[in-house]
Order: sequence, then C-alpha cells, then structure tokens
Amino acid sequence: MARFLTPATKMGLSISIATGLYGISFGALSIAAGLDLWQTAALSALMFTGGSQFAFIGVISGGGAASAAFSAATLLGVRNAVYGMQIKQALRPLGKQVPWMAQVTIDESTAVSLGQAKISEKRRGFVTAGAGVYVLWNLFTLAGALLGEQMGDPAAWGLDGAAVAAFIGLLWPRLKSMQPVLIAVAAAVLTALAVPISAPGLPILITAVCAAIYALCTVRKAPAATEHGGLHSVGEEQT
Amino acid sequence: MSELSWWVLGACLAAYAIKLCGYFVPRKVLDSPIMTRVASTLTIALLASLVTVNAFTSGQELVLDARIGALAAAMIALFFKAPYLVVVLAGALAAILLRATGLAA
Repeated sequence: MARFLTPATKMGLSISIATGLYGISFGALSIAAGLDLWQTAALSALMFTGGSQFAFIGVISGGGAASAAFSAATLLGVRNAVYGMQIKQALRPLGKQVPWMAQVTIDESTAVSLGQAKISEKRRGFVTAGAGVYVLWNLFTLAGALLGEQMGDPAAWGLDGAAVAAFIGLLWPRLKSMQPVLIAVAAAVLTALAVPISAPGLPILITAVCAAIYALCTVRKAPAATEHGGLHSVGEEQT
Repeated sequence: MSELSWWVLGACLAAYAIKLCGYFVPRKVLDSPIMTRVASTLTIALLASLVTVNAFTSGQELVLDARIGALAAAMIALFFKAPYLVVVLAGALAAILLRATGLAA
C-alpha cells in the first residue's frame, strides 16, 4: 500500500473523488434535461468526457435539436484527440494498451500524467486518475440520475452553481499569463454575443472555430511565439 | 429505440473515435508548434465559452441570477488555491445561499 501511494497516485485519487462526485450533478441535470436513465448511463460509460456530456444535455435542456447536441458534444471532445497525442508521446504505450487508454484519455488523467516528472510516475498518474474517475464518475452519475428524479429542480440544490464552478475550476489553472486571460475573455464575450442570435449549442461551436482561426493566424504571423520548444522538431521534419 | 437514443449512441461513438485518433498521429507531427498552439488556444476558448453558457444563459437568453454568485465564489476559492472539490462546493453553496436569502433568482 505504501508503495502504491506515490505523489502521482495520490493526486490521481483526489482528482478522481473531486470529479467523480460531480457525476451526481451530471446525472441529475441529465434527467432534468429530459434524458432517461439508460441514455444518461450510456453517456457516462461510453462517451466519458465531462465537457461533452454536459454540452450534450445542455443543448437538449435548452430546447435544441439532438443533432445540435451531437455537434456540440463532438466538437468539445476534439481536445481529447490532442490529449491522446500528448499521452502517446509521454507514456509510449504499447499498441494493445491503446484501446482502453484512449477511453480514459480525458482532462483529468492527462493533467495528472503530464504534471509528473518521471515516466513511471506519469504512467501511474494516468492510470490512477483515468480508472478512478471512470469508476466514480459512472457510480455517481447513477446516484445523481436516481436521486435527481426525487430532487426535482437541480437549481434548488445549487447544482447549476456547481457546474459553473467546475468549469471555471478547469479553466483557472490555464490562466497563468496575460495571453490566455485575453483569449478566455474574448471567447466569453463572443459566446455571450452569439447566444441570443444562434441556436443553443452553436455559440460554443462559433467560439471554437474563431479560436482555431485566431491560433492559426497568429502562428503564421509570429512563429517566435512557440514558447513550448517545438522549433527543434520542426527543423527535424524539414530535413 | 427513440431518435434521441440513436444520437446519444452516435455521439458516444464519435467521442471514442476522436480519443483514438490522437493515438494514431505519427510522433513527428505531434511536436508541430502549430498543433500545440491551436490545441492550447482551443481548450482555453472552449472552457471560457462553457463558463459563459453555464453562468449567464438560459436557452437563448442572457440572464443574471444566482449563478453569477456561484462564479464569484468559485473564483475567490480558486484565488486562495482551494482544492477542486472545495471550488465546486463553494459554487453550489453560493447559489443555494443567494436563493435561500432571496438575493437572487
């Protein structure tokens, strides 16, 4: 047990509990949005990526079409492909491990893994956070879905406040310098402007497309802005 | 099965396919500075957009209610480096208190 509790596994376990409990909020809000128990359970077991799951039920509860919910959830999940790339690079997984590792490649497992220094700790962090969040998120989704039917309006329990806090909690650690803060503020303003004039779910997509275009444009204009040390590998690619 | 159930399954399948995609990208491409930049910008923008939608909207309307108190409480907790779970609880508590005291809808 003492050997199991390394810094990476401790961090993985605490984030598992924090995120897992939040599954109550998802389960309750999903039922309130009009999904049934099976649809709610399927989203947590199969989709298993919190942001996309909330986007899906958010569009449905806002009266949006199922196709709009699909688009919003899918677009929000795109960042998981980026996480997959980072995990592949950092953990060097075997081919047969990829199918299950891909399923637990989410914000939390990636963050815990990339926060470690040694590759063994990176692996432990990824597995602990990935498996831990998966088990607890699904258990608490069921609890929230079952309790939610009796709880009535999730707002009465402050769950809508919890959702706001959960997202700002994920965003906050990324706001370490002026540029990300400006990007976040611009995205928030753009979203607010898009809300009254577009169908529910679309403001997030519009913001995402604008952000991607902005990122591409500024890369071309200012290649020196690549402070992540990627220039070396670009040189390798060209040779 | 209802139409919504098919969309749920489709979205689940798409989510897994996207996750898998990342693992099939050749390692050479992974280090591209353009990829790094687009990924980090997109993630920040998406999260900020989600905060806005969850805090200030109801359907297609912009609204100010107890959730702005939840956002403020969460940001105060984050400023004082509170653990994630405490941040989420602070948001829920603020919303409950503001509604219970009748200060916000």
